Amino acid sequence: MEQGNGKKLVIGVIGADVHAVGIRILEYAFREAGFDVTNLGVMVSQEEFIGAALETAADAIVISSLYGHGELDCRGMRDKMDEAGLDGLLLYVGGNIVVGKQDFVDVEKRFHEMGFDRVFPPGTPPEETIYYLKKDLGVD
Amino acid sequence: MHYALLIDFGSTFTKVTAVDLISEEIVGTASAFTTVDSDIGTGLNVALDRLRRVTGDIAFEFKSACSSAAGGLRMMVSGLVPELTAEAARLAALGAGARITRLFTHELTRRDLIAIEADPPDIFLMTGGTDGGNRACMEKNAEKLRSLSVQFPIILAGNRQAIDACEDALADFPVTVCPNVMPSFGVLNIEPVQREIRDLFLKHIVNARGLSKTKEILSDILMPTPSAILSAMKLLADGTEKETGIGELMGIDVGGATTDVYTIARGEPVDMNVICKGLDEPYAKRTVEGDIGMRYSVAGIVSEVGQSWISERSGLTADDCATYISELSDDKSKVPLTHDDALARFDHALASGAVEIATRRHAGVLEEAFTTSGLIYVQTGKDLRSVRQIIFTGGSFIHAQSPLDIARHALYTERYPMSLRPKQATVLRDDRYILSAMGVLAEREKDIALRIIKRELVPLGDISLGDDS
Ligand code: B12
Repeated sequence: MEQGNGKKLVIGVIGADVHAVGIRILEYAFREAGFDVTNLGVMVSQEEFIGAALETAADAIVISSLYGHGELDCRGMRDKMDEAGLDGLLLYVGGNIVVGKQDFVDVEKRFHEMGFDRVFPPGTPPEETIYYLKKDLGVD
Repeated sequence: MHYALLIDFGSTFTKVTAVDLISEEIVGTASAFTTVDSDIGTGLNVALDRLRRVTGDIAFEFKSACSSAAGGLRMMVSGLVPELTAEAARLAALGAGARITRLFTHELTRRDLIAIEADPPDIFLMTGGTDGGNRACMEKNAEKLRSLSVQFPIILAGNRQAIDACEDALADFPVTVCPNVMPSFGVLNIEPVQREIRDLFLKHIVNARGLSKTKEILSDILMPTPSAILSAMKLLADGTEKETGIGELMGIDVGGATTDVYTIARGEPVDMNVICKGLDEPYAKRTVEGDIGMRYSVAGIVSEVGQSWISERSGLTADDCATYISELSDDKSKVPLTHDDALARFDHALASGAVEIATRRHAGVLEEAFTTSGLIYVQTGKDLRSVRQIIFTGGSFIHAQSPLDIARHALYTERYPMSLRPKQATVLRDDRYILSAMGVLAEREKDIALRIIKRELVPLGDISLGDDS
């Protein structure tokens, strides 16, 4: 494992989504890469992400959604974060965030408009997410 | 010298209990009225005189006490997020037997500071942030408390990275540092804080409460009364090495101003399709409903269950109920004259309502989540459906004519299927108010205390789901 980089992540699978495997893999990969990870597991509400990010003073929230309702579940997340005093906190989403095979450029645009800093298409390997996390958080 | 004297300094009564440590029997109990202003020692002496009339002159090996006199142990607690560190702090204080006069979340405001100054607590418990997490909340709150003109003991039990700065800011206060109540997300660690609360209670509060005058006659004043009751319940459930306990249980104390509910139970989910959310639950948990009580908090009960609920269960007309509600708000000392007069029936309905609401607030809840792969449940709080014993203590229940009917309101019902209360239970009653005394005795003599509790609690019968609703 790389030495801790001091950056704290709150991760979890949003909404009523129970796909439990991917988030474990992400937790493991992020830890190996030196992050301090709070994994909230599956079926995580927006409020839980926010509460955990507040208490742990997280540097980023990474949301996973696999069952297709990601867009609905993520709506309003950024606004709630602003309300909670987490304005500007780095916010990622990935997995299979929408139903079926939609043009990802459109999907990405919609999620950007919802206030997500980075939006990842299905099949994104953990390494890629780690690369961007380090870049965005200024970790060498 | 094989006797122990156990004293419970209450807000209105001082109760004394004498125990023979060899025959393991309660040889006498007595009580005396104490007012807030009168010297607490006077009440004690009257009670002791009365006890002597029963027991004769006996010498005590030790004399120990618990106290809820003069408002009990009054605490304020602060945390960051309401459901997280603030909740952990609340659970810690309640479990230590405190009465929470104010709970603050996020940063303290100027108004909060004015409120603190106007009615300072016995102890302030400050939390916020996981270890390595949010520091700003604790640090800023410490900075703000520093400016107060009053002082009180402060326990720092939040993010350990914030402790140094807080200690520096609060150099003028008696400060103690404890491990974080929520060291990492969702993890509860409240026992160290609870031990500290008890230490502070002994060191500071006992003096402030006029109890120090009784010190010369006591071996020790051990703990706040609710903490003694919780410890008696835990002893009863868990047993000792030599004496078995009775297993998981729920305890209910419907008082004049508040209703306390205790559970000694793990409360973990039983089904596969249940996901747990929220903070860990303490195995020995106490909740206090400040708006639910038989005299000072009648309005709270009525506003929760509704007046028609009360009139239905008391058999009184809506007008009669309204009359009692207003009469009781004027005269808190009103008591039924006979077992079945109108006020007794009204009290029966009130107690039923108090039990109904307080247990519903204490127990965990399920929420349904429809997923495409089927129905899933999300549990917050304890699942108490398999708890099989309910202990009642406190006056309103002891004098009740049909206690089992009141007790039924602590059970799971189809009307509130998501409220995870016991599905059936044996009801036990603390007829001689011995639980707090035994909690105190257990500090020295666990086995004896346990055997006495087991013998003294009176089984009233079994109740189960669907008996009535
Ligand atoms: C196993 C499985 C289930 C199991 C889950 C068991 C469990 N508790 O974990 C069960 C049977 C319960 C299930 C149910 C459903 N499933 Co399913 N399930 C799968 C399956 C076969 C494998 C998922 C898995 O574990 N993969 C292995 C892990 C390691 O990969 P992963 O989850 O994709 O995660 C990786 C990446 O996606 C990425 N990633 C994930 N999150 C994030 C976040 C960020 C920010 C980034 C950068 C990357 C990232 O990194 C992870 C690690 O490499 C997939 C199909 C598939 N092959 O992927 C369908 C799949 C995810 N399920 C699907 C569906 C539709 C459902 C149901 C709605 C089906 C139904 N009608 O019943 C329900 C929904 C239930 C619910 N409420 O969540 C669809 C989703 C389609 C969509 N989004 O358009 C899929 C893709 C199957 C399909 N092709 O139709 N499912």
